[in-house]
Amino acid sequence: MILSYGEQRMLNGEEGLAKQKAMELLVKYGTALGAERFVDTNNVHVLADFFPYPDLVKQIVPSLDPDEIVSKFFLDGDERIVLDQVTAFTTNHIFVVNKQYWKIIQRRSPIIADLADRMETYCRRVGINNTATCTPYQVGNIPIKGEYCVWTESSAIPFANAVLGARTNIEGSHSSFASAITGKTPLWGMHLEQNRLGDLIVEVDVDLGTVLEWGLIGYHIGGAAGLHIPVYVNIKRTPNLTMLMALNAAGASSGSVIMYHIVGVTPEAATLQMATGNRKIVRSIRYGKKEREHAYLKLNHSKTSEVDIVVLGCPHYSIERLAIVASLLDGKKIHENTALYITTCKQIKALADRNGYTEMITRAGGLLLEDTCGIEFAHYKSAVIATDSPKQAHYYPGVCGVKNVWYGTTEECIDAAITSKWRGELK
Amino acid sequence: MKKIFLKGRTVFGGSVEGEALVTKQSWAAFMAVDIYTGHVTERGHELSGRSVAGKVLVFPTGKGSSGWSIGSQALRFTGKAPLALVIREVNSQTALGAVVMRVPAVSNLDRDPTEVIATGDWVKVYADEGIVKVTKKGQT
Repeated sequence: MILSYGEQRMLNGEEGLAKQKAMELLVKYGTALGAERFVDTNNVHVLADFFPYPDLVKQIVPSLDPDEIVSKFFLDGDERIVLDQVTAFTTNHIFVVNKQYWKIIQRRSPIIADLADRMETYCRRVGINNTATCTPYQVGNIPIKGEYCVWTESSAIPFANAVLGARTNIEGSHSSFASAITGKTPLWGMHLEQNRLGDLIVEVDVDLGTVLEWGLIGYHIGGAAGLHIPVYVNIKRTPNLTMLMALNAAGASSGSVIMYHIVGVTPEAATLQMATGNRKIVRSIRYGKKEREHAYLKLNHSKTSEVDIVVLGCPHYSIERLAIVASLLDGKKIHENTALYITTCKQIKALADRNGYTEMITRAGGLLLEDTCGIEFAHYKSAVIATDSPKQAHYYPGVCGVKNVWYGTTEECIDAAITSKWRGELK
Repeated sequence: MKKIFLKGRTVFGGSVEGEALVTKQSWAAFMAVDIYTGHVTERGHELSGRSVAGKVLVFPTGKGSSGWSIGSQALRFTGKAPLALVIREVNSQTALGAVVMRVPAVSNLDRDPTEVIATGDWVKVYADEGIVKVTKKGQT
């Protein structure tokens, strides 16, 4: 790679050990990508308090010292480095646990809770904003069209790229941390204009009138697109925030759709010509009744209609969804055999508290939790889980070993929470 | 003895040889693999139930969660990582994954490795040179 004077200084260690280690990692990463140089970034979303393998952390760093964890895990080094401050504006991803409920509801080990506390303190110390969400765009990290970003979270990345016209590749805990420290990222992939053009036409022959429909099309196209960039044509509706959150999360679960265009809706696709430019179209696919049913069947894999746990809020619920859920639960009671967990970020929860939604949910027997992720509620493999999130429905079997999963609308999920029965169907 | 040579580019340096495990489906190194055994746990995946540990993993590209590199690094810590990665087309997940997995990795080969290489073939990966040498199963 060709380095600027400042980048070379960092690599030489003239800007301190942390920047040196971060730069070493970024050079290896850039080389692996085939990038020739770096670009400056001042917008990073890191995975700093997310430890899917706590026993492994305890094994490698028995003291749970955050500086050592960052050094050995995030910077992939062998020695302990103490970071002063990050260079770029940085927010962070979800925390594994909710502070209040990690033990009684999430049934996690004290190691996890301890780690979460330590990393939150660490982030405050080094200047990482503790947004604790998979939806940074809901809480103040809203990149501007053309802005070079370095984001983690597969469902947030297409939001930045496709919906906002900002630029980010799909970054991991390691690359994002190194970019936060250095303010640099390889100039590659989504940072380059040509790579953002669409090359896969999706002819939509279904009326996408509900959030569920956007999840289903996203899930189907995610599985079919590979690394191509879909251009959705013939969508006759303007989606809202929740619909695009479902589309993004679904396409990044069944596949790796980090950028797409909706002709007439997204900012780089005023017309089909603008969305595809001079890029060669690899193929054109149709999304119709058959594909829709196929996606639905792939996401619904339960053998029993009894529902134990209903999980909503993946990605972190919007205030619009919380208002809907609160009104569906008004005057109702959750079934004694069923639990309802809803996740969102602290700021949206504060708004829900203020508007009385939290109280309505709680009074019905549901629980609204901040910071954490719905995947943390699959306590036992035999649980039957219902969710309105295609991403959760996709990941429960592989991550948690949960075999019985129902996917449907928010309304069907609330009905399941109240009746303890799944009565959803593809209408 | 039939040998096939493929030429591409270095993703992460080093050289190693071993048995191939091939999939034509994109692979997720996170939330889809048991890091303590190396077994693929993703429902419906071609490799579901098979272990990537100690194999030369041949696959089209990465997919799924941005935690990809967390899974890759964890497989290194537990000793259940693949021996090498032969990637048809690198994306940012597989590039970073190879770096923190610290295994030889190549991509952009002159032929599609998921077509040319079959599970069970003996594969030598010279990642610094971007060369892959394949001996078809039963022809050693």
